[in-house]
Amino acid sequence: MNKFAKWGLTLPATIAVIVLLLVPVILTIATTFDEPKGPFSTYAAFFNSGFRVNILTRTLRIALITTSISLVVGFLAAYVIAQMPGRLKSLAIIAAVFPLLTGVVVRSFAWLIILGKNGIVNDALTGLGIIAEPLSMLYTEGSVIVAMVYLFVPLMILTLTGVLEGIPRDVIEASSSLGAKPVATFLQVILPLAVPGLIVGAVLVFTGSFTSYATPQLLGGERQMMMGTLLYQRAMVTFDWVGASTVAAIMVVITIAIVAIMSRMARRLNPMAV
Amino acid sequence: MTARIHPVLGILTGIVFLFLLAPLVIIVGAAFSDTSYLTFPPRGLTFHWFANIFAIEAFRTTAVTSLEVAFLGTGLSLLIGVPAAYALNRYRVELPKWLATLFVLPILVPEIVFGFSLLKSITIGLGLPVLPSLILGHALLVLPYSVRVVGASLAAFDFSVEEAAISLGCPPVKTFLTVVLPNIRAGVIAAFILAFITSINDVSVSVFLTGPGISTLPIQILAHMEQFFDPTIASVSVLLMLVTVGVMAIVEATLGLTFLTK
Repeated sequence: MNKFAKWGLTLPATIAVIVLLLVPVILTIATTFDEPKGPFSTYAAFFNSGFRVNILTRTLRIALITTSISLVVGFLAAYVIAQMPGRLKSLAIIAAVFPLLTGVVVRSFAWLIILGKNGIVNDALTGLGIIAEPLSMLYTEGSVIVAMVYLFVPLMILTLTGVLEGIPRDVIEASSSLGAKPVATFLQVILPLAVPGLIVGAVLVFTGSFTSYATPQLLGGERQMMMGTLLYQRAMVTFDWVGASTVAAIMVVITIAIVAIMSRMARRLNPMAV
Repeated sequence: MTARIHPVLGILTGIVFLFLLAPLVIIVGAAFSDTSYLTFPPRGLTFHWFANIFAIEAFRTTAVTSLEVAFLGTGLSLLIGVPAAYALNRYRVELPKWLATLFVLPILVPEIVFGFSLLKSITIGLGLPVLPSLILGHALLVLPYSVRVVGASLAAFDFSVEEAAISLGCPPVKTFLTVVLPNIRAGVIAAFILAFITSINDVSVSVFLTGPGISTLPIQILAHMEQFFDPTIASVSVLLMLVTVGVMAIVEATLGLTFLTK
């Protein structure tokens, strides 16, 4: 009975993941090596195309900048939230969760209204007489980054609030009662204890922004293509499925490499680990 | 953790929250503007754009499809995910470690790659129609919530209670339904909500799995935006935000929102 139960209960989910996810993704990657011009010809074509390499470096750059800004902004907010009294804390968490539960399309769309030709920023600047003609802020790298930071800051706040709240009060009291100044306590006690959480947040935001589709589609357009929008364009607009699969394979490899490296780092840098 | 907060930090945090909430307020404002283009602050006040949503058939049909896919996909993921989570916790020592990793793969694989691969292998390769493909794709996408969130509840469950019921003669399935399930209720609700929200907002997987006549609401919104840049999209967004408010009210009533920071 037990033998049947332990395997039988996991069987449907196991089959679903293998049949619907693992095999299709492996097939997608496998097809890129099955080319008449040689197994790596499609990768050579990708990395020889300045246009496509540009998209890859842009995607990495945007993901890195988004992650860095989200880390700083998210940590600041989480640090303050963790000290708030109960009632205020609930309100702050509601304010962070609400955007998180609102869809990507809606949240990206908000920035079209803000940054557009007739948008708020342009209206304000022309109204104040600072500029004569409306600026074109959409379809720039900056507009994509702003929207992505907006997308991922709530996730960072929630991840880090949990981590900061988990730091035992005794440790901080011990530090200050032994004469450490607040800045020293922060730098030498709180920050090191938060490092594993910061790494988890960084992985979530980096992989999320690296593989995003809707935000670069809406705010970057054709001009600021990223890997996600390139994959879609190859697959559904030009029907170059091998090209799309190549993009997919590169995305998978980079995502897995980032997760692997960062989780190893998290383990090594965890001061609480024995 | 408790420490003193410098006023400057407090002000900066205020600015962060302004940054988080102002864009949503702007959408609400723009939805009521009596202009044919999107603008904020709204000029005039009209409900015309809300009426317009219901006048456009594509919004009605895709909203229904989105709900269908979210309910069936989430239901399916719980149906296969809860037993898996149970087995992973109950037979923790005996089951191999890679099994737990397998169930979080849908998070590790980029969504857009998953959507594209599903289209290639299942929809085109096996010729499965669009709607079942969408439901299966969403079920897989949200499976990690079912396994992990329910698993977290099960980790806190004392399995000796279950053994007591079984040794007193209660059949295993009945034991699960009357003893185990009530104890992990919060986890199941949380998994359902997170999965449902993820499914209903999904773009990256759905964008490949929508065909002629069948589309989901977020994909329809993107398509509408490419042709019209009028406040209709803002009013759809307001309706979607109302759904979020409803969901948050449910979370608060059942689990408490602080649950989400854990």
